Amino acid sequence: MNTITILWLRQLKKYFRSRSRLIGSIGQPLLFLIALGFGFGPTFQAAGEGNYMNFLAPGIIAMSILFTAMFSGIEIIWDRQFGFLKETLVAPVSRYEIMIGRTLGGATIALCQGTIVFFIAMLVGFTPNLVMLPFAFVFALLISLFFTAFGTAIASALDDMQGFQLIMNFLIMPIFFLSGALFPLKDLPEVIYYITLIDPLTYGVDGLRGTLGAVTQFGLLTDFTVLGIATVITLAVGSYLFSRIQV
Amino acid sequence: MQAIPITLAIDVLNLSKKYGDVVAVDNISFKVKQGSVFAFLGPNGAGKSTTIKMLTTLLVPTNGTVTLNGFDVAKKSNEVRKNFGIVFQDPSLDDDLTAYENMELHGVLYKVDNMKERIEQLLTFVELWDRKNSPVKTFSGGMKRRLEIARGLMHHPKILFLDEPTLGLDPQTRNHIWNYISKMNREDGTTIFFTTHYMEEAEKVADEIVIIDQGKIIAQGTSTELKAKTKTNSLEDAFIDLTGHDIRPEEAPKNARMRAWHGRR
Repeated sequence: MNTITILWLRQLKKYFRSRSRLIGSIGQPLLFLIALGFGFGPTFQAAGEGNYMNFLAPGIIAMSILFTAMFSGIEIIWDRQFGFLKETLVAPVSRYEIMIGRTLGGATIALCQGTIVFFIAMLVGFTPNLVMLPFAFVFALLISLFFTAFGTAIASALDDMQGFQLIMNFLIMPIFFLSGALFPLKDLPEVIYYITLIDPLTYGVDGLRGTLGAVTQFGLLTDFTVLGIATVITLAVGSYLFSRIQV
Repeated sequence: MQAIPITLAIDVLNLSKKYGDVVAVDNISFKVKQGSVFAFLGPNGAGKSTTIKMLTTLLVPTNGTVTLNGFDVAKKSNEVRKNFGIVFQDPSLDDDLTAYENMELHGVLYKVDNMKERIEQLLTFVELWDRKNSPVKTFSGGMKRRLEIARGLMHHPKILFLDEPTLGLDPQTRNHIWNYISKMNREDGTTIFFTTHYMEEAEKVADEIVIIDQGKIIAQGTSTELKAKTKTNSLEDAFIDLTGHDIRPEEAPKNARMRAWHGRR
């Protein structure tokens, strides 16, 4: 086994052993699907926008990936607090390998999470187009990688637990609510529309929606290109910041 | 006749660390010979852990150079990391993993040969083999300490850093562990660099002692030399004579150590 594999495996073991995290990560998306899906469904339909559950489910899948991936990235703060980070930082392996192992681990968990929510959504009435499923998987993977690397980058620059609440309130929540996960982007007031354009999750949600059967706003190629480039940049910045951590 | 050059395990030259206006380590220099047992002593907050972090690539010095077994810590950090092992003062285990998994992770990071045998040997040595599949979060403080020590020894480091390794361990375990470390030192020539608040430990095992206080080295020599210099009978008395009777302020999160320190006085 090599460094990347063992660190990847560590993330997976920790995730599947934490029962509260598993339950919490299923409960929240389920609540959103039921409350919003059934709550806004009739209005959405009446407005001529079609089936809201099919519109909403890709957004909620993206949400659960966002939360799980960011949390995995931010886990560096915990590892620093509880000391484990030091153990990896004094080891004779490159910090890039550590970063890659951690990021792949976090991204894998987020993908599992997205897949679980995909099936939950089907249970409450989501009827996806299965032909494009492999492409949906590519988008889910990109969202997972992007936000794990993003969380890693932020956590590498922070050095205490206080930062966590700040990130939660001022970063994760706006990223989610302004991504078009819950509402269509067309016809938005101009200012809000431009804000959604700088939110990377917007392109992830749109890509998932396009591949799973609803309409896309920007087209799949644009979604893929924007998200792909953003992911590469974030991985590079995250690796750099991680390599400079001092304990 | 040509003199045989003695390679140094650790060579520290004019090392400093400043945090803003606070000088944690103030221009210290010392040398540690290969194969020696070196005690780095000082009251709480003297700069011991900061120094160890700089010696082990975790912290970049404000000034000065550190060379480990001939490798510059700033320039050859990966070579340096292959040369040492460390047991940290604060826990550095993953609580969600089992004892075995923590060892395995270390073994993979350090590419340890015959990993399974080595893990069994060390976990048996620290009497944790029968608990190998328990998550570390179910362990007591002493058990975690023993696991950390077993892990630090795993890759046969040439230099072993031990930052208060025996804190919180009972006398039997301390004795057991020091016997093993002394054996490594004798048989494999492992250089031992350690800090401790147990002066009798330092007196017993150290070839060379450095005492640091408020970031500066205030005394250096063998235990006998330090006692002679202060005209005292034990290293503990010599230490108090050199560093004064005042109890040192300490950061809040480390109050467990503070209590341990009070308890011994």
